[in-house]
Amino acid sequence: MEFISLLQYAAPVALAAMGEVVTQRGGVINIGLEGAMLIASFFAMLVCYTTHSPYLGLVAGVGTGVATAGLFGFFAIILAADQVVVGTAVNLLALGLTGTLFRSKFGQSGQLLSVGRIPAWHGVDPLMVLMLLSVPALWFLISRTGWGLAVRACGEYPKAADASGFSVNRLRMQALLIGGIYAGLAGSYLALVITGSFAENMTAGRGFVAIAMVTFGRWKPQFAFLAALLIGFAESLQYKFQTYGWKVPFQLMIALPYLIALVVLVLVGRGASSPGSLGQPYRKEK
Amino acid sequence: MIGGLIVVLVLTLLAFRLPVGESLKMLADGAFGDKFAISRTAVKACPLLLTGLGMVVAWRSGMYNIGGEGQFIVGGVFGAAAAKFLAFGPHPAPAWVSTTLILLSCCIGGAFWAWLAGWLYVRRGVAVVISTILLNFVALQFLGYCVSGPLQQSKMQVPLTETLPDAVMLPKLSRQMDVHLGTMLPLIAAVAVFIYLYRTRPGFCLRLVGENPNAARASRIDASRYQLQGMMVSGALCGLAGGIEYVGIAGQLGTDFSQQWGFLGIPVALLGALHPLACVGSSVFFGALFAGSENLARFTSAGATLVYIIQAVAVLGYVGIKAYSDRRVAVEAG
Repeated sequence: MEFISLLQYAAPVALAAMGEVVTQRGGVINIGLEGAMLIASFFAMLVCYTTHSPYLGLVAGVGTGVATAGLFGFFAIILAADQVVVGTAVNLLALGLTGTLFRSKFGQSGQLLSVGRIPAWHGVDPLMVLMLLSVPALWFLISRTGWGLAVRACGEYPKAADASGFSVNRLRMQALLIGGIYAGLAGSYLALVITGSFAENMTAGRGFVAIAMVTFGRWKPQFAFLAALLIGFAESLQYKFQTYGWKVPFQLMIALPYLIALVVLVLVGRGASSPGSLGQPYRKEK
Repeated sequence: MIGGLIVVLVLTLLAFRLPVGESLKMLADGAFGDKFAISRTAVKACPLLLTGLGMVVAWRSGMYNIGGEGQFIVGGVFGAAAAKFLAFGPHPAPAWVSTTLILLSCCIGGAFWAWLAGWLYVRRGVAVVISTILLNFVALQFLGYCVSGPLQQSKMQVPLTETLPDAVMLPKLSRQMDVHLGTMLPLIAAVAVFIYLYRTRPGFCLRLVGENPNAARASRIDASRYQLQGMMVSGALCGLAGGIEYVGIAGQLGTDFSQQWGFLGIPVALLGALHPLACVGSSVFFGALFAGSENLARFTSAGATLVYIIQAVAVLGYVGIKAYSDRRVAVEAG
């Protein structure tokens, strides 16, 4: 039971991080991951609120997560604009869009609203099962399929992938959209499983923590998943330390996941295992 | 540029089905309608310009500082800590000394927070984008701890610091208006950053490192030194923005001290084409939008969050057009 609640705390970061592994192996850092998660959690909540079906909410969450990733991809991959600039703009857009829509629909401060959650069996919900199955599935996709090999080539040395007849931008876009699916799942998980609600800026930096966990997880889905468990553990401490009677400021406990993310980045550094062309847009030679 | 921004504004209003004519009038009234509105615009443009300038310096040195928010907050906290000793200690310092030292502490606080991220990059290769964002969240919790712990006001149980005495606050032009002497500082800073980047040797080296660190190293320029310098100047500017908010407007810190000012400096810098003087224009535009949207919020459900959308769409439009024209140039040249 303890382990299941740990999985639940870890799930948003774990789902987002595993999807981002696929994206980054293709050579793209989706800085807009946070925004994709936020938009997904808002629309998952909104559709669940209007249709009373958490499953339709989930569809909406995943759909908008993919759409947000696609928006990022249009600018960052197809137009080859700077990934940090585009990602920052996408995050700002997500903050503004969800904030404005939320206020116009649910009032200025956002009343306490509650929507139906995805049912769980002894604490195990379907998305958690999907997350656990994704660990081997994504490993297989990246490491054992032709598509995965081609995507990795785009991340390491796009010119070579291009010369072998692959469309770098198409493969990168596909990898990015898979990341978008997982960002959508992660955002929906926050809205439809953990809270059953929405609040402005609800993702609270989990997208960025997920990006940090990709680095910590050495760009492998299984390690990124384990890294996310560590964050889930830190988050679960927030709710437990009071019952343990620890004399520490609660702000420290809230800051703990971010501090852990920072510390692991310091410890692992950049290392040699990052994709060679990570973060560099590719322009096809004419 | 301004024309494009107004197009984005109108499209955003249309997208949310707000009456365009009336909304524009409300925005304009709220931003420039009378002297009070102009004062509000100026006061909102202040932190935007300073954090925008901070982004310009860091990004020109090739460091993607997204941590203006954290640097703004830690600047404020350092300022409040200085105030605790200077203005509320057993022997209060003269008011103008307090004010100056508080603002200086704010710069130091911001520079320190940015230095952390710079050091992590230079020594450990930790991407600045990620470390600065993570540090933002840490700073926010640090602020929460300080205002409910060591810096909390003595008599009440609310998480706020002591209110600064009027004498320590930056002098205001009139009692009814928010405009204060510190409104001048960002303008001076804009000119100073321009001179630093384009008329001094360190500024030149910094831009060279930002363009191509390897070429700079080949010319025996210590790239890490200028990367750290860029981060620290950037952090100091963001910290100063926090300081002006503290000793100019707020007078005390609470958990909601920063209204995303540090984050919003990024669009200001980008739409100012990463040029310090052009940022004056973009910060006034967005300052006016914020002041105007307060007016709009009184009559509609749309408020400050609308400005985020306008900023984001404007940035995307800007980079989109730029990338498209770059590609056309490349195609024609090739």
